[in-house]
Amino acid sequence: MHLALVGTPNSGKTSLFNALTGSRQKVANYPGVTVERKEGFFVTPLGRQASLVDLPGTYSLRGRSPDEEITRDFVLGRAAGESAPDLVLCVADSTNLRLTIRLLLELKQTGRPLMLVLNMFDIATRRGVTVDAPRMSEMLGVPVVTSIAVRKSGTAELLRKTDEIATQTQAPPQPNLWQPLSVTELRATQREADRIIAATVSLPARPDTWTARIDAVVLHPVAGLAILALVLFVMFQAVFAWAQPLMELLSNSFTALGQFVHETLPAGLLQSFLQNGVISGVGSVIVFLPQIIIIFLFILLLEDFGYMARAAFLMDRIMGGAGLHGRAFIPLLSSFACAIPGIMATRVIDNRRDRLTTILIAPLMTCSARIPVYTLIISAFIPDQPVWGWVNLRGLVMFGLYAAGIGSALGVSFLIKFFMLRDYAPAPFMLELPDYKLPRFKSIAIGIYTRAKMFLQRAGTTIFSMMVLIWFLASFPRPPAGATDPDINYSLAAIIGHALAPVFAPLGFNWQIVVALIPGMAAREVAVAALGTVYAIEGGKEAADQIGQVLATKWSLATALSLLAWYIFAPQCASTLAVIRRETGSTKWMAITFAYMFALAYAASLVTYNVAVALGAG
Amino acid sequence: MTAIDQNNAAPQMRLGLARRGYSGVIHHLDVDEVNSSLPALELESRLLELGFVEGARVEVLHEGIVGRDPIAIRIENVTVAVRRREAMAVVVV
Repeated sequence: MHLALVGTPNSGKTSLFNALTGSRQKVANYPGVTVERKEGFFVTPLGRQASLVDLPGTYSLRGRSPDEEITRDFVLGRAAGESAPDLVLCVADSTNLRLTIRLLLELKQTGRPLMLVLNMFDIATRRGVTVDAPRMSEMLGVPVVTSIAVRKSGTAELLRKTDEIATQTQAPPQPNLWQPLSVTELRATQREADRIIAATVSLPARPDTWTARIDAVVLHPVAGLAILALVLFVMFQAVFAWAQPLMELLSNSFTALGQFVHETLPAGLLQSFLQNGVISGVGSVIVFLPQIIIIFLFILLLEDFGYMARAAFLMDRIMGGAGLHGRAFIPLLSSFACAIPGIMATRVIDNRRDRLTTILIAPLMTCSARIPVYTLIISAFIPDQPVWGWVNLRGLVMFGLYAAGIGSALGVSFLIKFFMLRDYAPAPFMLELPDYKLPRFKSIAIGIYTRAKMFLQRAGTTIFSMMVLIWFLASFPRPPAGATDPDINYSLAAIIGHALAPVFAPLGFNWQIVVALIPGMAAREVAVAALGTVYAIEGGKEAADQIGQVLATKWSLATALSLLAWYIFAPQCASTLAVIRRETGSTKWMAITFAYMFALAYAASLVTYNVAVALGAG
Repeated sequence: MTAIDQNNAAPQMRLGLARRGYSGVIHHLDVDEVNSSLPALELESRLLELGFVEGARVEVLHEGIVGRDPIAIRIENVTVAVRRREAMAVVVV
């Protein structure tokens, strides 16, 4: 039996989905579009196998975005490779029935078997909302059940009714009479919905006082911004500080594993492949798993609580100046930790073009992987001295690098809005501010679990193959017998480095830097170790101080500054590019991201180098 | 669309101009003169889907920080955030 969940945003659709299917979920994409397809499985009390698809939230079947088109096509049985659902569950937040009942009246036109699920019924009861479900069912002409998704056995009635509908003698299939509603029909269905609600629902005299009280502070022009800043601060703190021990643990485990392989296997290609290609390559990506889990913990908590819509409300006009949607705020913020969870988090943006703009600029936010590179160069070249009496010059440079990232992201967004998507006006900000709800542990846990699984699957496939390729470039051909230089200097990477050196010479990069940039494609911070390798320094990352000292003697200040400028923009992260490809569903956008970041990096380095040389730092 | 009733005693205004604390009833939607990025019919459909229907009670609960924009509006028992630009399409009494 195939079921589909339909509902307005914030109707508690996802928590009902999680309650029914638990962890038996499969997340994929619909063919050809980037809309997430979530399917889960459960068994009814009578032992019937049921599959349930969680369709994107919508207020109508008009299909004004790719997500909403999926919902419409799926319900109508038109979606490619999908059969029409045997039963459509229309989910409503019992405290807020107005928009869902209108949607249900529209759904009735499709002729699909339909059931209205009054979810969060416990909250409604607590607030003094009473619903005459039998009468509502009679007036609507569809079965109505109540459910409490977050409570055990809260879905019993829903399951029983599903069995009942399934065992009923098959009614002749109803014809599909649905057509996009005109504004007159929209008005008519809303009035009809209001009439049914007036006849069957009694609302308490006063609305939810908790939401009103919290909003009075959270949406206050001054206090609201202060709270937002505090939330962000805690989130940052968590991502950087809490994740650190776990990341070190993972990192050390992978190093130990690599060491174990190094000692167990005889020296040679297999040993190098396993240690440098597989273990350190995939390891360098999996190290970000704690950060990803923590960021999604915050995002899911804030989303379930209802704060996300408020943050978008507060930031909408501030972001709007740069052509960004209010909802882009959290994804961009997450990108300071790592662009990968940031890009994954852009799913909260409904509008495809707004989402695309956000994805394109997310890698410009200074991610944590740039920090080792910045630190190395700054400590080697920038003197540790105060400026204006109280600011440290090194700190100032670091701040400047962050500011340059943010500034360029806003600039690029502005340019995209102005040139590339000129015909396109940004989606208006029209957003429901749901009542606050306590997040539920189970729902959050399932959400984090599915995100983490997706990330690991990707690390196991796309990212893994990238790592193998980069290892191959850095390892072949093998050095000739009696070679004295490090192995990498005889490899394809070195050949490419030499070939590309003239291209990068105007930036002040020597061939060693170019060679180090190639393994740095795997992950930015790998470039630090690669520089160590190229300059034949033993000890890798641990010897960062030593590398710095060597670099200070080999590079001019202009070269160092040029490399810093390069790293603000450089599209140097295979994993980010792979995630962009997956999230946009096209190689085109990955190529565009790579090209524009490369162009920016080149231009920035060129200017930096030449200005620095002109000022006598060459 | 309902024509503007010139003889209506209560003064009409556009919700986009309302200040925090305002409450009233939707008289009609007038999307033609509104400077939204959406085509008029699309804007009207979206507003209707969010429950902006003639006769619904509305109250302005909150205002944004920059330019008092966007605004949070309580319609019956749903709270919706919209920019003032789009709220100009809603005529209230």
